[in-house]
Amino acid sequence: MYKYILRRVLVFIPMLFLVTVIVFTLAMLAPGDPLTGQVLDPNIDPEVLEERRDALGLNDPPPVQYWNWLQEVGQGNLGDSLHYSGRTVEELILARVPNTINLAVFSLFVTIVVGLPLGIYSARKQYTPADYAATTFGFFGLSMPNFFFGLIAIYVFAFQLGWFPARGTGDGTLLSTIHHLVLPGITLGLASTAIYMRYIRSEVLDVMGSDYIRTARAKGLTDGTVLYKHTLRNSLIPIITLMGFEFGTLLSGAVVVEAVFSFPGMGQLFLTGIQNNDFPLIMGINLVVGITILVGNLIADILYAVVDPRIRYD
Amino acid sequence: MSNENNEALLEVDNLKTFFYIDDKVARAVDGVSFSVHRGETVALVGESGSGKSITSMSIMQLIPSPPGKIEEGSVKLEGKELLKLSERQMTKVRGNEIGMIFQEPMTSLNPVFTIGEQLAEPLVKHKGMKKKDAKAEAVKLLKRVGFPRAEETVKEHPHQLSGGMRQRVMIAMALACDPKLLIADEPTTALDVTIQAQILDLMQEIKEKYNSAILMITHDLGVVAETADRVLVMYGGQVVENAPSKVLFTEPKHPYTEGLLDSMPDVGDEKERLESIKGTVPPAHNFPEGCRFAPRCKYAMKECTEAVPELREIAPNHQVRCILYEDRGGEK
Repeated sequence: MYKYILRRVLVFIPMLFLVTVIVFTLAMLAPGDPLTGQVLDPNIDPEVLEERRDALGLNDPPPVQYWNWLQEVGQGNLGDSLHYSGRTVEELILARVPNTINLAVFSLFVTIVVGLPLGIYSARKQYTPADYAATTFGFFGLSMPNFFFGLIAIYVFAFQLGWFPARGTGDGTLLSTIHHLVLPGITLGLASTAIYMRYIRSEVLDVMGSDYIRTARAKGLTDGTVLYKHTLRNSLIPIITLMGFEFGTLLSGAVVVEAVFSFPGMGQLFLTGIQNNDFPLIMGINLVVGITILVGNLIADILYAVVDPRIRYD
Repeated sequence: MSNENNEALLEVDNLKTFFYIDDKVARAVDGVSFSVHRGETVALVGESGSGKSITSMSIMQLIPSPPGKIEEGSVKLEGKELLKLSERQMTKVRGNEIGMIFQEPMTSLNPVFTIGEQLAEPLVKHKGMKKKDAKAEAVKLLKRVGFPRAEETVKEHPHQLSGGMRQRVMIAMALACDPKLLIADEPTTALDVTIQAQILDLMQEIKEKYNSAILMITHDLGVVAETADRVLVMYGGQVVENAPSKVLFTEPKHPYTEGLLDSMPDVGDEKERLESIKGTVPPAHNFPEGCRFAPRCKYAMKECTEAVPELREIAPNHQVRCILYEDRGGEK
């Protein structure tokens, strides 16, 4: 098991390397550089800008720039942001991480609390109106773009009803934090709630039709024991994998939702980075998200072996 | 051997289980009656689709519903009507008074629980044992079905065992609460021939030791010859012949039974080709008029398609559902 984990972690290194190369190339292909925006200011002498470019190494050929960046990272340094002058990328990311984690956890909570019971219920009541209603909700959740749902949520629950705030993270108290998380959290969790619901429904149905469930019933176990012990334990195995993927996606996939709700998280920071060609920031966030996704997948694989005795890593 | 003077252990009377799929009605079990006595092994024989498994699942009330429904009839265990029990009362019968073994040992055990946990469940449920005691009992149960290192086996998961071992576990589980009746639905179909004999012997041995009864569902006449005291031949959801095992193999009466026996390979036989019954079992939603076997029957005549023949007693303990044996004034 430990050997397996070590091997997986070693595989991370080339994967991360590849990801950074790709993202760096894409960032370089984008027109302009961090100083492009300043050119419009007529008070700045173009020669000064050119000097700054030289000083920052922006005129170096891209491979040299990448190498320089890589050397910094090798020393545990994500570099300075070019847009937020005087601030390091670490500082910027660390300031946003708690908000993003809050949002991710809240949205995962919504997904589990709504998606799992709904999926189980839907499977138990297969082909009844309740099942059709749940399935319809599933399609709705999957097909609704989250920026659009977010806008509707803001309009209805923030402007019309005034129940929840439309933007920001609040004053830092727990209650205010949760209050501010409700709308973006539900918006972010909507699609995955629908996915989990559909997944659980089909898994439960699948398992309920299996031979060992028939055996469990033939033993005289009650419907409750059959469902919550024998069926669910097996149905949740693939869901755990799904959650591993989900975790990384939640951290990165919040870009749109954070923008809609002006939520100061990593997604919004990433967007600012892209808009300003702040490549150290883009690369830094990209690295963090990449690591999170890989670690999430690793945790999912380890949990997989914990819940399914047929799987052994050696 | 059967003892007709005693009250039957299991009495199935005019059982009808239908499946409603789309707007079709599949009459999977259509008026089946039979009884099983203590100490007896009764075999239900027939091709796939003849309704034998549905009959056994109906006795256990494990028919998936919808689309299945037990429409009519009575299933009595020691005089107690099972079809009138609530689901909750029925859970006290399953695994306790009636144990059941299934065809697919490879998939019939839950992959995520240990053998011990799965064996302990019926003991906790029916005998009110504490988990710890039940696990200790599980070791004894495994020893009873011939596991040499039962102490370790209880801690293992199903995927660590072979098919034959899993079927032994299934038997141990079905017998955990000393049921009066063991229903075995093709218990040996998925197993190697050598393991088959072991499993059959084991079931027989346990039956004799505990004076219980076995209802064996099979399409393997070899298994029937080896184990059954009495045989019920099913076709198209109905019993077409009911006879003591010895009588059935020597004097089959129904043309279908005859066909089944003819299609059995015989080592000493010089025949080049194996006999077979032409055609297939009609689908349960589209049975022919009259005798359901008539379209495949080599003796079929015009009258066969007029009405479903009655199941008649032609000799003591021997019933046949065929027009050939109906009293029609001297013709055969």
